[in-house]
Amino acid sequence: MQLLYFGWVRTKIGSGRETLDPPAEITDVRSLVEWLKQRGDGYQEALQDLETIRVAVNQEMVDLDALVSPSDEIALFPPMTGG
Amino acid sequence: MIKVQEQDFDIGAELASLTDGNTSVGGLGCFVGLVRDMANEEQISSMTLEHYPGMTEKQLAALEAEARDRWTLLDVLIIHRYGRLEPGDRIVLVGTTSAHREAALESCHFLIDWLKTKAPFWKLEESDTGESWVAARDSDDDAADRWSDTATQSEQKKV
Repeated sequence: MQLLYFGWVRTKIGSGRETLDPPAEITDVRSLVEWLKQRGDGYQEALQDLETIRVAVNQEMVDLDALVSPSDEIALFPPMTGG
Repeated sequence: MIKVQEQDFDIGAELASLTDGNTSVGGLGCFVGLVRDMANEEQISSMTLEHYPGMTEKQLAALEAEARDRWTLLDVLIIHRYGRLEPGDRIVLVGTTSAHREAALESCHFLIDWLKTKAPFWKLEESDTGESWVAARDSDDDAADRWSDTATQSEQKKV
């Protein structure tokens, strides 16, 4: 599973991209985020407030209940500030 | 047309290319966003724009399609820069052409409002006190939401 992080999610986690192999019971965004938070303080800090986290699966915006699979590209980031 | 690029753009040349050779254009609406020198009462020395390559182009193309669906437009141009910019530098250009001014001006306003909340960019400001990420503003959400009310009008395009 390809994980991408942007903005302060990236700086808190300390990496912009990684390939991970979550356990089989990780089937949606919410469980994926909970699993990621176990990976270290940076993840915990970046992902503690789900209200401030936006998610894209395969470059499409989704909500926390969206399904994820090992072949997906998942991006986690703060609210966007374009323009 | 969507352009996501690091380099600057020439406003005059870009807008001219939107209308050159198309005599059915009656109006061109445009917006240029620039890096301001102050943020939260602090002097900004630079702003670095990070984006999500691939998704950025997709999202901007979806915004263009939405604008074309809502208004009768002859052309749409969105140029959005990324990378390190300084106060006074251009960030974004939105240009829309139509037979009439209302569609051109309204669709341009719509696009820049939606860009604020739906285009995957994040801004890191640098000042004397260090670096800080620009937070999304509720007022930008409100500005974007304002256009949601008109979503049902896409069946009867505004000219």
